[in-house]
Amino acid sequence: MSTMIKMVRALTAAAAIAVAAPALAAGEAPHIPREQWSFAGPFGTYDQAQLQRGFKVYREVCSACHSLKQVSFRNLAEDGGLGYTEEQAKTIAADYTVTDGPNDDGDMFDRPAILADKFPSPFPNEQAARASNGGAYPPDFSLLAKARAAHRGFPWFVFDAFTQYQEQGPDYIHALLTSYEEEVPEGVTIPEGKHYNPAFLAGNAIGMAQPITDEAVEYTDGTPMTVDQYARDVAAFMMWAAEPHLEERKKIGFRVIIFLIVFAGMLYFTKQKLWRNVEH
Amino acid sequence: MAGHSNYVPQSAAAKWLESRLPVISLVRGSFVDFPTPKNLNYWWTFGGILAIMLVAQIITGIVLVMHYTPSTGAAFNSVEHIMRDVNFGWMLRYLHANGASMFFIAVYIHIFRGLYYGSYKAPREISWILGVVIFLIMMGTAFMGYVLPWGQMSFWGATVITNLFSAIPLVGEAIRTWLWGGFAVDNPTLNRFFSLHYLLPFMIAGVVILHVWAFHTTGNNNPTGVQPKTKQDTVPFHPYYTIKDLFAIVVFMILFAWFAFYVPNYMGHPDNYIEANPLVTPAHIVPEWYFLPFYAILRAIPDKLGGVLAMFGAIAVLFVLPWLDTSKVRSGTYRPLFKQFFWIFAVNAVALGYLGAMPAEGTYVILSRICTAYYFAHFLIILPLLGFLEKPKPLPASISEAVLKGGSASPAGAVSAPETK
Repeated sequence: MSTMIKMVRALTAAAAIAVAAPALAAGEAPHIPREQWSFAGPFGTYDQAQLQRGFKVYREVCSACHSLKQVSFRNLAEDGGLGYTEEQAKTIAADYTVTDGPNDDGDMFDRPAILADKFPSPFPNEQAARASNGGAYPPDFSLLAKARAAHRGFPWFVFDAFTQYQEQGPDYIHALLTSYEEEVPEGVTIPEGKHYNPAFLAGNAIGMAQPITDEAVEYTDGTPMTVDQYARDVAAFMMWAAEPHLEERKKIGFRVIIFLIVFAGMLYFTKQKLWRNVEH
Repeated sequence: MAGHSNYVPQSAAAKWLESRLPVISLVRGSFVDFPTPKNLNYWWTFGGILAIMLVAQIITGIVLVMHYTPSTGAAFNSVEHIMRDVNFGWMLRYLHANGASMFFIAVYIHIFRGLYYGSYKAPREISWILGVVIFLIMMGTAFMGYVLPWGQMSFWGATVITNLFSAIPLVGEAIRTWLWGGFAVDNPTLNRFFSLHYLLPFMIAGVVILHVWAFHTTGNNNPTGVQPKTKQDTVPFHPYYTIKDLFAIVVFMILFAWFAFYVPNYMGHPDNYIEANPLVTPAHIVPEWYFLPFYAILRAIPDKLGGVLAMFGAIAVLFVLPWLDTSKVRSGTYRPLFKQFFWIFAVNAVALGYLGAMPAEGTYVILSRICTAYYFAHFLIILPLLGFLEKPKPLPASISEAVLKGGSASPAGAVSAPETK
């Protein structure tokens, strides 16, 4: 019982600190430059070739540590995404091994993945992931493009509602991947096993080493094989992973808004006609 | 209500029904023949907008529940299942999440309209008090709804807010344990929040009926604050206000659609796309934007219990507002001093919202305290005194007179009485 009381006290203290000291992280937000994205704005759509390149980067580099738990192989062949055919998606799935079972003998067994499977994770659990990564937990990629954003501050956040700026996540991912610096500036100390990255939101010492270098992933379509391009492509891929129905959403949204504007106009003139003889 | 109905049942079936349950004349008296001041401006359309938003939230919510799993292990993934796999699930969820924000935008405008035009004054005190009750239940509903996706902000927001109750002397810790259903925010907490999140909107609907009943008994307030005197001052609710409200509702829907389809995560916090983790505290715990002014008041007081009392006091003071405002004149239009203080109050409320989003340090704390003090001073000092100190402008004799003076070039004879045509 007393441990429970202690726990409750600790939580209360944590909450009190949380209420009193969110200042810690708010002071020096890194500046994240804005990039151009094909999926920005009211008519934004994903660039299929870019998503496929980003997926290649994910497969060959990121997936060694980062899971993609929410995404299924069937999603690769869905509209508004990477544009693979069902056959291509099946082939991709078959490259992965998933654990299934138990079978009739009560044993778990490995088999090639099928479209219905989700992407298997590189580590069996969080502890295993931390143990292999110097205590840091490589976050799951499925929602990361919506789960990270630099604080925009007043008055920018007001304008963002009108300019439809919703790409803070991909901007941040791109900035993070391209902001690694070998030279640590004076006055900054980076703990052992951490790496200097001024774009990192939670301080400037990140657990992940520079994950990708120029020419690390081969592009066969002539796209430049630079860290900057890899960062753009994988950020776009992650946006798709986080928001696979983005194209459909924007398309329907445009129709909804056009309908509402026309409908509102008709209602307005009906109202005017009705109220014409009422002094009000 | 039914008393305003001109309805005379014609068919045998209608006569049969009316003599047993006069529901047709009730509806006609309330929403068709109901005499409504003819000078209501667009600020008055927010009542209808709110009714539609409540219905929209209930409908999207009921469908979301068909796909949602209220358990700490499954909640986050079931929301992602809705977003990814359920047909138009992303639309339902974005409409529901942004609908909550739209609901609060509309309710704040509605409340400020009531404040400006003195809609809380006699004889409409009960309507006002029921409105504050609705506002309170709305806040509870929204808070518990935000917990359901079981993201980081869900979890830590729930932790911070439920911990507030532990500040109550003697029984605080017991109340908190009772709220949690355990010794921390966990599965029992999520389950009861889910249950209550489903229940409370129907309670809101019930209180809305009482709210409408009350102001349909006293009649609507209007921009002049002068009670309608003759039939010339009113028009039947239908079609005059059904069409005007519908137009306003559709315009409001454009704003709603803009957020739900184009910037669906603008109102949310990125951390809520990270699954709840009791071992990792987010750097910056902030409530949803609509709670920020109250959050600022909570943090402005250096004492925990004091902060909780001030936060609840900020809403409690609204209950007694009808008796704090000593002015005999209802509408702010005819109160030159009140008008200025109203706008200062509005700016102060927005400032509190801004401060609620800022870290509680340095100048922000000082400003929060000043704004909190002003919030209470407005109700407890300024409004009671203004009634004695202010010299109101002369009131129009009637709504029709005010309308004709209002810059319209039409001759007096043009005053129409559409209900007599």
